[in-house]
Amino acid sequence: MPEPAAAAEDNRPYIIRAYGPDALRGALLRMFLIRNFEEAAEASYMRGLVHGTMHLSIGQEAVAVGACLGLTESDKITSTHRGHGHCIAKGADVGRMFAEFFGKETGYCRGRGGSMHIADPAKGNLGANGIVGGGLPIAVGSALSAKRLGTGAVTVCFFGDGANNEGAFHEALNMAAIWKLPVVFLCENNRYGMSTSTERSTAVPRVALRAAAYAMPGVTVDGNDISAVAEAVDAATARGRAGEGPSLVECLTYRWRGHSKSDRNRYRSREEIEAWMARDPIPRFAALLVAHGIMSEDEVRAAEAEAERVIEAGLEFARAGPDPSVADLTRDVYTTEAP
Amino acid sequence: MAEITLVEAVRAALAHALEEDPAVVILGEDVGTDGGVFRATEGLWQRFGSARVRDTPLSEAAIAGVAVGLAAQGFRPVAEIQFQGFIHPALDQLANHAARLRNRTRGRLGCPMVLRAPFGAGVHAPEHHSESIEAIFAHIPGLKLVIPSSPARAYGLLLAAIRDPDPVVFFEPTRIYRAGREEVALDGASLPLGRAFTLRAGGDLTLVSWGAAVREALAAAEALSGEGIEVEVIDLATLRPWDAEAVLGSVRRTGRCVILHEAPRTGGFGAEVAARIAEEALDSLLAPIRRVTAPDIVPPLLRLEHLYLPQVDDVIAAAREVMQWR
Ligand SMILES: Cc1ncc(C[n+]2csc(CCOP(=O)(O)OP(=O)(O)O)c2C)c(N)n1
Ligand SMILES: [Mg+2]
Repeated sequence: MPEPAAAAEDNRPYIIRAYGPDALRGALLRMFLIRNFEEAAEASYMRGLVHGTMHLSIGQEAVAVGACLGLTESDKITSTHRGHGHCIAKGADVGRMFAEFFGKETGYCRGRGGSMHIADPAKGNLGANGIVGGGLPIAVGSALSAKRLGTGAVTVCFFGDGANNEGAFHEALNMAAIWKLPVVFLCENNRYGMSTSTERSTAVPRVALRAAAYAMPGVTVDGNDISAVAEAVDAATARGRAGEGPSLVECLTYRWRGHSKSDRNRYRSREEIEAWMARDPIPRFAALLVAHGIMSEDEVRAAEAEAERVIEAGLEFARAGPDPSVADLTRDVYTTEAP
Repeated sequence: MAEITLVEAVRAALAHALEEDPAVVILGEDVGTDGGVFRATEGLWQRFGSARVRDTPLSEAAIAGVAVGLAAQGFRPVAEIQFQGFIHPALDQLANHAARLRNRTRGRLGCPMVLRAPFGAGVHAPEHHSESIEAIFAHIPGLKLVIPSSPARAYGLLLAAIRDPDPVVFFEPTRIYRAGREEVALDGASLPLGRAFTLRAGGDLTLVSWGAAVREALAAAEALSGEGIEVEVIDLATLRPWDAEAVLGSVRRTGRCVILHEAPRTGGFGAEVAARIAEEALDSLLAPIRRVTAPDIVPPLLRLEHLYLPQVDDVIAAAREVMQWR
């Protein structure tokens, strides 16, 4: 949770004002963890350890970490097919995540969900979703339950720019608004849904403009600036917790890698990709922390090395895990096994 | 003639249809500039332009519904849903509108649309990217349902589906998109909908299948022939309307039937085939009908996928068991 607002003349960036040094260092570590995790996942895929496909969020780390920074473990998130970062930002264990990718019994879903379906309910992560837009109404249900039970929890619903054209998006926003539910619709606008740009897919120039149709605040922020993300999401969660209803926060960002492993990147130029890579959110946040005396350059490097160690240990854990048991094949389709 | 894969056959049929009939239009997610996730529409946007090969937003309900509207106005839309698992919002439009337009308007409006989607397991993908839910579509009066099992049948049946006056759902098994090549005469000739293909003749046992599982059916038949069991392999190819006569005729000769499908067992289309045989050819049966299917579970990931997908040995075992009845 952000700390109480500082004095008005304090013109340091929001995140520095609102969070203490430990939280800030933790945020940088998580960004490194996500970046390293994605790179290790990609390398594992190349070596044939992960099958099917997977969607990497390299370049989008500030959105996941910034959005989850002010959340507690009782707050919920719903995630997407590009959800590894959301998981880590919400506190998931990278070893169990890798194990899930490798289809091991020690994975979050015991090797049944894979990269697109990691759920970590203990940490408030209701799950990633292989269906684009699938999480939107679920987040509304989660927020309705918090309201009914009076838990004070908010639900942050991650979705992509592509998802904002699914019917489920519109149905979910409307319902959340009429019932004034504590949900933050968090659009990661990385400019493309697979090969289709937002210009070609979406009638409005900014997804946040759609908030007006559902009478909720909508803001667009620089999604590569973790401070801007945290500021917008914290304001939205405060509104939700105060019973004032949902908000839409659009974070402009970019995925460096292709949509999935089969993407040929024919719909965008090398120059565009390189321009966005020059706006890397991680060194940007590190520089901010150094400039404000939160961390030294050496401490930043140490955090990066720490992330590498955690990832290495996670890979080790996953490799060592047992394969799923054949005897379990028909388990958990129903609560009690069908006769 | 060309030696092509199943996905190339789909592409060739689409190109032929676009060429021969200006009313044909293609729409779906990433089908245009990108040529489709499986490259089924590769090059068509470049060749025919974006008015006829149209990228849509992520909006499955509208993709199907727009196809209904186009079809009702005389176009011949071929809509693509990127994977069968994403079809559910489109099912509303298919079941409630596409399938009923003709009946509801007493023939004043028709719905000559095709809805294509890749489907089935075997590519190590999770859940919605691997399932076989054809039975849902086969259950809906007004829809036709086609599942090809080879490049030549994909080519001929897709052309037939596009030329058909009624809505046709066309499922393409991803597992065999590139599994083999076959000589296909790319002459624009269609194959009949609603007719089964007898792929191998045999007098001892009838083996009914469709889609990717036909490969396992043929492999099992080959192996069983080595044991002196001659299997007649029937590929249904169209599940609605399905060629019951072909199956009943074969079963009346062999007296034994095994049905093989990749979809889970309960409520699968194999149940319909078995019921028809029981209703109309019970007196010919020398043994119980056996089904070889996936278990009633969500398709599991990579490490257990081989336990989900029916294997050649499962078919052989079922055939041997059926042959033991005297
Ligand atoms: C309902 C549905 N339709 C299509 C797909 C295939 N698909 C997976 S991700 C994707 C693009 C999603 O774009 P966006 O929402 O912008 O998320 P991003 O991939 O950019 O993170 C598509 C078309 C799907 N998984 N689910
Ligand atoms: Mg996107």
